[in-house]
Amino acid sequence: MSVRLQAEAFDPGALLGEFSAGHAKVGGIVSFTGLVRADQGEGTVLELEAYPGFTEGEIARMAEAAKARWSLADYLVVHRVGQITPGEAVVFVATAAAHRREAFEAADHLMDYLKSRAPFWKKEHGPGGAKWIEPTDRDLSDAARWE
Amino acid sequence: MARVLLFGPLRDVAGWRERSFDPPPASLSALRALLSAEDPRLGEALTGKGVQIAVDQALVRGDVPIGPGAEVAFLPPMSGG
Repeated sequence: MSVRLQAEAFDPGALLGEFSAGHAKVGGIVSFTGLVRADQGEGTVLELEAYPGFTEGEIARMAEAAKARWSLADYLVVHRVGQITPGEAVVFVATAAAHRREAFEAADHLMDYLKSRAPFWKKEHGPGGAKWIEPTDRDLSDAARWE
Repeated sequence: MARVLLFGPLRDVAGWRERSFDPPPASLSALRALLSAEDPRLGEALTGKGVQIAVDQALVRGDVPIGPGAEVAFLPPMSGG
């Protein structure tokens, strides 16, 4: 059970390998890697700000609730902070459960939470200047599926 | 001494991210009044829609006292990652 924020790039394959190594007895492991899309064309950089300590605490609270709801054996959330360029991985979520359905749903749920309500503040630096980004309507409706 | 932290768009409005107040204002309302007197635009932004406040990393509602060594964070609407 771990929630990590880091400024450094990560290797999703290495994270999945590390996470899977300790779980010989679970039935399924699901992982999701989110990349920064280049929606606004070249030269756009995403800046993610977190509140160190508070942000991990809030994500862990949500992950613990998911663990209880879907009887997870384990989870791992790794999220980048700072400046991230398009094509780079920004988030990694892995869940381990006795059965695949629980692992899929818990990972899906955690990603919807992370994309819509987790304590991050997101700024896009593009050729036309910088602007703060709100969750999209799709992020919000995806998150509302679980309520 | 109390530390005050601003996040997201609030730090752009204020032009700072972190400040210390010594002695600390007695309460959240006193802190808001102090910041608002210095910078009315920031004062308005701090009471904006969806701005939450955490004292020592726990969300609070309404007015609360600020003890010595407290960390007060103003959190504008969270955007997700």
